[in-house]
Amino acid sequence: MTAHDWQLTEALYERLMMITFMNSSDSEEEACNERTSLISAESPPAASYQDGLQAPEAAETQTYRKRHTGGSCSPSDADSGNSDSGLPVRDIAVDNKEEEELTLKYGAKHVIMLFVPVTLCMIVVVATIKSVRFYTEKNGQFEVLKTYNVAMDYPTLFFVIWNFGAVGMICIHWKGPLHLQQAYLIMISALMALVFIKYLPEWSAWVILGAISIYDLIAVLCPRGPLRMLVETAQERNEPIFPALIYSSAMVWTVGMAKPDSASRDLTQQTWDSAEDMREINDNPAYVESEISEARSPAPTHPTTSLIEELEEEERGVKLGLGDFIFYSVLVGKAAATASGDWNTTLACFVAILIGLCLTLLLLAVFKKALPALPISITFGLVFYFSTDNLVRPFMDTLASHQLYI
Amino acid sequence: MGATVFFGCTFVAFGPAFSLFLLTVAGDPLRIIILVAGAFFWLVSLLLASLIWFISVQLSDREDSRLQYGLLVFGAAVSVLLQEAFRFAYFKLLKKADEGLATLSEDGQSPISLKQMAYVSGLSFGIISGVFSVINILADSIGPGIVGIHGDSPYYFITSAFLTMAVVFLHTFWGVIFFDACERRRYWSLALVVASHLITSGLTFLNPWYQASLVPIYIITISMGVWAFFTAGGSLHNVLTCLSCKQEEENRVMLYSALQVPVED
Repeated sequence: MTAHDWQLTEALYERLMMITFMNSSDSEEEACNERTSLISAESPPAASYQDGLQAPEAAETQTYRKRHTGGSCSPSDADSGNSDSGLPVRDIAVDNKEEEELTLKYGAKHVIMLFVPVTLCMIVVVATIKSVRFYTEKNGQFEVLKTYNVAMDYPTLFFVIWNFGAVGMICIHWKGPLHLQQAYLIMISALMALVFIKYLPEWSAWVILGAISIYDLIAVLCPRGPLRMLVETAQERNEPIFPALIYSSAMVWTVGMAKPDSASRDLTQQTWDSAEDMREINDNPAYVESEISEARSPAPTHPTTSLIEELEEEERGVKLGLGDFIFYSVLVGKAAATASGDWNTTLACFVAILIGLCLTLLLLAVFKKALPALPISITFGLVFYFSTDNLVRPFMDTLASHQLYI
Repeated sequence: MGATVFFGCTFVAFGPAFSLFLLTVAGDPLRIIILVAGAFFWLVSLLLASLIWFISVQLSDREDSRLQYGLLVFGAAVSVLLQEAFRFAYFKLLKKADEGLATLSEDGQSPISLKQMAYVSGLSFGIISGVFSVINILADSIGPGIVGIHGDSPYYFITSAFLTMAVVFLHTFWGVIFFDACERRRYWSLALVVASHLITSGLTFLNPWYQASLVPIYIITISMGVWAFFTAGGSLHNVLTCLSCKQEEENRVMLYSALQVPVED
């Protein structure tokens, strides 16, 4: 089991931990690229671009952007022209600050879409570490049964594990409900993190965390960095990502839809299928990106365009490499395991990682290209771990012993 | 001892915070981000205060217990001042973010108001402060042990839980008042908030004389709550209106539909 884990680890090392932003300029050249940017196009469309602050043009461009980011193959100006969602007067030449804030408004949802799985993964890891004393025993699986005093026979165990694995293979590599796939990815990330925490010696884990953050930074940002070249090749070839190495949060909201239910259901069904299609031909390294899940559907047939825009905005998902999950969980898990039983350190690392993720997503919105997800979070996490363990813990313990509150 | 005490104290300490979180923050992603960022700011302030305390302890005589206690008092005071300073820094950051959101939104108004941000940031400071104060105590309350076996108070857990609840509420109220005071440049309000924080922290030094510490702290909490309520724009009229809100709304609906007709023409 260990050798296999290490092979998987090497594969992960090579491919993971990137965040990227597909420029919609790429999708302008390729007709049907389902991965388009979270923010509007960098270069506004020439046909409808006009200086000045007229509301229809603004609405047009806005709609064009939203349709464009909706990934539709042919954003026709006729369609854009018809949509008059009554947007107020706005300067068309948006600068970076505005785009950044636009992402802040739409991007808050995506940050939460990543907060939730990262938090879940960490909770699983910390709960397992605190309850099972995993790292002191050889075989963790039976340890769980012993800890909870559950009687289990081999056939049942075999049956359960076999089904667990089979369903996981099906729903990750083929089709399956989105939530089930996400749950599986979180579970395997948590298991992988537990393997790291258990088998890596004390200081090796910290050094590896630091080194891999630096490697991530170099590999993604340097012009000849391997991960960057991989991402660019994937963008050129329009190849999607290997599904088992990336967590996708593409979801569809149908709340607040005033149109007839059948139309909305058709649209969501299309979006879900296209999301699954996209996942099954994925072959590329994992990286965080924003994608539009409803890629293939043509312009819907219902009259109100503003609802389409709303649906398109709501459907943008975001992706995060599983390696990021794993190393975040390793950091928090080690904080839970080795920080002398202190919960403050664990929580401080948790908050630090979440803030790092938030900042990384903000930078993603600003720079709009592939970004590594590890460095900021791991740096904050490490700083907070060592400082909380050595400085804050004695302070809080001394205060608590006198029942003082600050 | 055991699970009863653990669950009881956890719910006493964090019940209000959890309910407030679920009802007001959990539904809005922007508020969750503000919550986590607020927790981060509080953590940084605690880090700096711990650093100062740690350095002062290292440089001092470890054997002198009075000196150590004095250094602890000093560390607590520094921590309070740093918390308020970081609250101010967070106010500045949120103000900038608010302006950015406002310029970018469709109708020129930001999706979240400064008062809502004040409330969420206060809640975040309260939650993280309460958690850091009490989580290790709660973890210890599960395990085997006898409280106060060396002559300390046997009510340690439950009073800690109530103190934590007060701290959560206090930070929330302080957040509202503080942001409003910064916005309107009422420096005496600011000074009063900082002073009340120092007083609250100082009152905990009277533990385990709980009558002298818990009761005044709760009095301060309630008065801060009333002050924050009026600062946020509440009034007795609002409360009464809210309690009898159903009748009012119907009247308004009829008025609105009456107004609609000429517009469609």
